[in-house]
Amino acid sequence: MKSWASAARILLEALREIFDEAPYRRFLQRRGLASSPEAYQQFWREREAAHARRPRCC
Amino acid sequence: MNRGLRIVAWVAVGLLGAAALGVVALRRGEPINALWLVAAATCCYALGYRFYSAFIAARILAVDPLRATPAERLENGRDFLVTNKWVVFGHHFAAIAGPGPLVGPVLAAQFGYLPGTLWVIAGAVFAGCVQDFVILLFSVRRDGKSLTEMAKEETGPLGGLVAYGAVIAILIILLAVIALVVVNALKDSPWGTFTIAMTIPIALLMGIYLRRIRPGRVLEVSILGFVLVLLAIWGGQWVAQNPQLAPVFTFRGQTLAILILIYAFAASAMPVWLLLAPRDYLSTFVKLGTIGLLGIGIVVLHPTLHMPAFTRFVDGTGPVFAGKIFPFAFITIACGAISGFHSLISSGTTPKLIARETETRMVGYGAMMAESAVAVMAIIAACVLQPGVYFAINSPAGIVGSTPAAATAAISSWGFPVTADDMQALASAVGERTLFNRTGGAPAFAVGMAHIFSQSLGGTTVMALWYHFAVMFEALFILTILDAGTRVARFMIQDALGHIYKPLGRTSWYPSVLATSAVIVAGWGFFLWQGVKDPLGGINSLWPLFGIANQLLATVALCVATTIIVKMHRAKYALVTLVPLAWLVAVTFTASWHKLFDASPRIGFLAQARALANAPGTAATSRLIFNNRLDAAVTAGLVVMVLLVLVESARQWIAVLRGEQKVVMRETPFVRTRMAEDRI
Repeated sequence: MKSWASAARILLEALREIFDEAPYRRFLQRRGLASSPEAYQQFWREREAAHARRPRCC
Repeated sequence: MNRGLRIVAWVAVGLLGAAALGVVALRRGEPINALWLVAAATCCYALGYRFYSAFIAARILAVDPLRATPAERLENGRDFLVTNKWVVFGHHFAAIAGPGPLVGPVLAAQFGYLPGTLWVIAGAVFAGCVQDFVILLFSVRRDGKSLTEMAKEETGPLGGLVAYGAVIAILIILLAVIALVVVNALKDSPWGTFTIAMTIPIALLMGIYLRRIRPGRVLEVSILGFVLVLLAIWGGQWVAQNPQLAPVFTFRGQTLAILILIYAFAASAMPVWLLLAPRDYLSTFVKLGTIGLLGIGIVVLHPTLHMPAFTRFVDGTGPVFAGKIFPFAFITIACGAISGFHSLISSGTTPKLIARETETRMVGYGAMMAESAVAVMAIIAACVLQPGVYFAINSPAGIVGSTPAAATAAISSWGFPVTADDMQALASAVGERTLFNRTGGAPAFAVGMAHIFSQSLGGTTVMALWYHFAVMFEALFILTILDAGTRVARFMIQDALGHIYKPLGRTSWYPSVLATSAVIVAGWGFFLWQGVKDPLGGINSLWPLFGIANQLLATVALCVATTIIVKMHRAKYALVTLVPLAWLVAVTFTASWHKLFDASPRIGFLAQARALANAPGTAATSRLIFNNRLDAAVTAGLVVMVLLVLVESARQWIAVLRGEQKVVMRETPFVRTRMAEDRI
């Protein structure tokens, strides 16, 4: 039961990383901000170039 | 588990794998169950991972758990970040898995199920996984440097220049060929076109929701987007049956190509948060879910394969694409066995997230094994179809004729019986007017997937929904790659132009953004247009060109890897990358030779140009002649570039082995990890 919970937690963590939720959380922590449309705008301003340069395979 | 039990377990895995491979390889004349392919692949992957990758990690790369990775040393909370290995695995897999491992194996199924299956399994275990693993580790040891930077440092400035040129060329050809796959899947299909068109407002809505309503709640909005996409699939059925709306969403290939070009140009110039990122989230969500669902579906429903082990087309006369099994099966299936493009990802985001060197094995080798498993699923999806149906869908009108009667007569005469009534019934079942001449692999994969799922989940009554779900799934992530690929290529060109005139390198300066986007879209748009106008369906020319370009990039990556291994160990162990390198050189150079000089107009670009020149001429003919000569020039250019890297690398190997050159390792100096105590 414990290992299933641990697997589910890791899966959720992976999804949060893939879907940019975790980077946004880290951004808020780093800047000491609360989540808001303005904070999300700032997050994207910082992330835009890196995200757009990320290659995806065929 | 104690040592004795472990040995018994691995011997059992080996015996099961050998038995499954024996059934897959030796059974003739009767259909086999798909589970044999699954068992053979699973056992080979398990053995490859447990023994071969462990050998590479320990003996060749000497991965060191005490060495701090760039994620730890350079951690900045943005690019460099210590991340859980499973999270990195998911991230890496989501980046390497695209339409390639689905489309390539479907096209190569024209040779039968066996060649593709063997190449996908052996190619992954001995070449693709090795490439991804060693490039990832070498990049980790060099502060996450890219392949082009490593090529420049390890093989000389020429290596870097060629790798840069090869990446741009591959991106352009890749974008053209996958756009053609979408065009062929959506032409004359109001249902499919409506569904895909709806994904654009859905992605925009997701972007605005994320920005204004619930900032950062990506998983939540992805689920919402997925529900809306399912509604769009359901609504597409209604659109296709509506006499007023159906014509609005019914397009010819050329019109769809123009619409896709306009879309890609607009998407490339728009802010990332508005369209690219939400579409990327939606596509990743659907991709991971569908791949998982397909895997479960195949294991639970274990369908029977109707395609024989080999077809008569191993002789090179295949209708899907022309050319013999060697070398064409091996360039048609790239992703799934070995793909040069993966080396860009292994030396891109991933090395900056790895927490410890030992994890590169699971992420690099392991994620490629998962991609290879996706390719095995694609082979199964194509081969569950009756061969006559498979060839009716995948053969261009230029080969089998443009009427159902002509096509079914031609295909039946090859020994694969199919009737026009069968095809009409199948088309009606999946909600299409016709399934003839739907080249490109995506429609055949969608029919196969719908066939597998409809065996239990909803039966034939929902087969049309499954078919359009599969088309939507493929088209959605192909369009994501069109957005992302155009943007990546645009950034690469802007980076280069910035050295000539600084403002051109600024990604926020709109004249530069628009000009470079236009250059990239025009580049791949030219090849796309060539594909949609090609009487042989376009795939015949463009997919091999893409395969050659992709495998040549893998050649560059393996040259870099071999050079580093020679510097580390001299000749000892170099065979681990040298053997796949030699194989790829043999495959790609032979394929290039055929595409350039083969006397058959269906294979050789120059022979086709000559045949067209000798036929009665029209304006269209002169354009086709030019296109064939251009394809020949592109192929020759790629081969010459890679030959230069190969010669440069070989010169270095010889100099190191003879002791004529001082060995200079470009690794970042060893720094002991601060987390060592936690890890030991």
